Amino acid sequence: MKRKKKKKNPRKPTRRMAAATSMVTSSSFTFPFQGLRLPILSYPCMKPERRIMRKDASNVITATYELKPPPYPLNALEPHMSRETLEYHWGKHHRTYVENLNKQIVGTDLEGPSLEDIIIVTYNRGDILPAFNSAAQAWNHDFFWESTRPGGGGKPSGDLLDLIKRDFGSFERFTEEFQSAAATQFGSGYAWLAYKANRLGVENAVNPWSSDNDKKLVIVKSPNAVNPLVWDYFPLLTIDVWEHAYYLDFQNRRAEYISMFMEKLVSWEAVNARLEKAKAEAAEREMEEERRKKEEEEWKPTDGDDDDEGLEMYVDSDDDSEAE
Amino acid sequence: MACHLLLTDFTLPLKSPKLSHSRQQRKGRSNGSRKVSTTVAYYGLKTPPYNLDGLEPYMSKRALEVHWGVRHRGFVEDLNRQLRKSDILYGYTMDELVKTTFNNGNPLPEFNNVAEAWNHDFFWESMQPGGGDMPKLGLLGQIEKDFGSFTNFREKFVETALSLFGSGWVWLVLKRQDKRLAVVKTSNSINPIVWEGIPILNLDMWEHAYYLDYKNDKAKYVSMFMNHLVSWNAATDLLETCKLTATRICRAPYLGGFEPDICFIERYR
Repeated sequence: MKRKKKKKNPRKPTRRMAAATSMVTSSSFTFPFQGLRLPILSYPCMKPERRIMRKDASNVITATYELKPPPYPLNALEPHMSRETLEYHWGKHHRTYVENLNKQIVGTDLEGPSLEDIIIVTYNRGDILPAFNSAAQAWNHDFFWESTRPGGGGKPSGDLLDLIKRDFGSFERFTEEFQSAAATQFGSGYAWLAYKANRLGVENAVNPWSSDNDKKLVIVKSPNAVNPLVWDYFPLLTIDVWEHAYYLDFQNRRAEYISMFMEKLVSWEAVNARLEKAKAEAAEREMEEERRKKEEEEWKPTDGDDDDEGLEMYVDSDDDSEAE
Repeated sequence: MACHLLLTDFTLPLKSPKLSHSRQQRKGRSNGSRKVSTTVAYYGLKTPPYNLDGLEPYMSKRALEVHWGVRHRGFVEDLNRQLRKSDILYGYTMDELVKTTFNNGNPLPEFNNVAEAWNHDFFWESMQPGGGDMPKLGLLGQIEKDFGSFTNFREKFVETALSLFGSGWVWLVLKRQDKRLAVVKTSNSINPIVWEGIPILNLDMWEHAYYLDYKNDKAKYVSMFMNHLVSWNAATDLLETCKLTATRICRAPYLGGFEPDICFIERYR
């Protein structure tokens, strides 16, 4: 199935847009988001990957999401993850999430924003709105398939490995912690490796200058459909530990599934690419914040004066003769 | 679920737990002696009241082998491992342990294990070979009174089950304060006995309960349960027992009070 992407007009996204030429881009974050002023959203969020396909039929324009297939055939992860599992997990569960998402957003304010924005808005700081589960699960599953590849596993390299060593001590310690998080997520949910670039989780807090040390890799686990986008982290890797992800192949043996995932499926290439994008986005966001702070400094009103200098000048040139 | 006491060799000074109920045999404690042979409690895995293939074709033997034989067993074993390290939690009935470790919503580490052990016990007993159909007599009367009709109840039960997101359970409970039946859903391992509910039936909606037999088809699983598995006999027994004057009263410390005409049902003999 083709995935169509549309270039977004950063100034005024509207629901009614003519069917535009589509752009195929790689599946990861692009640049920090600017322009869309959603009423609930009051903190910067990442510019999302657009997955909206606008259909133009009978002058009715609707936004729908398409079910994107995994980046490999359904049997490509055999014998570690069976074709049957993919047929159900992707073909039924993931598909249903996308279908439900479309049903829930049609004709609402949620038709315009990107999927990531929908997730953050409907998360509603924990008091989730109805579309959250579908939206987040649609996103989570895309992310999950792209976190895996045939012949995956092994070890990362380069910056990613360095960061892992810096933040976890060693790759082995990282693996242990990741597997433990996945194993101890009670009930349904996910375990994640994420890049945390924010200083404080509190909006409107006065953030001191962040240093590179504040940016680090973290392992988090989340219940049900929750994902680290809602905490303003950059997700890098995930493992789905809902039972439907492993029950056909491993039944109750979640730990076995998790170690298989680490050893045979993880796509470190994808993780690496995401890390690079995350670092770029974080850097741009910082620049943006600095620029904003500078602007605020420049436009600070002087104490006691309501008027600016222009008005004072006008008052001074009251004398006609001098004005000549 | 049988609660056994195991006499051990070593002696340990005893801490007297604040919430203790010394209902089980405990020797040498009443005189305040501090050094006695210690007993530790552990729970046994109770078998379902039918063979593992007894619910075929609606719930396969394989499903039972994994669900009861591996998963349920795992909870009991993990619980026992935890209890071995804790003398504060000694001597609790399962009900009491569930409520205590729930800790008013800030659950202790033992909670998931004991609650899931409880929930699964209750689940096997909520089903029977040749189940389904409709309840009769008192229970039917109560359902009709509280839901309008059996059909309404069934719809409500099915709708609640299908609307549960993530892992959890659906229950038919008798609400103590309101003195009426209700359908509730709970997440993960939560059990209505931590509030005012007296469970009459439950249905496991964790994916592991139906995935091997029904894969993602939740609706079919719930429907098969209602049509062929649910044990109205067990439910009726429970409800009738609840209405008798209590022969024993469980007083849970964190609940505001207790009503002598409704008792908590012990889920083990």
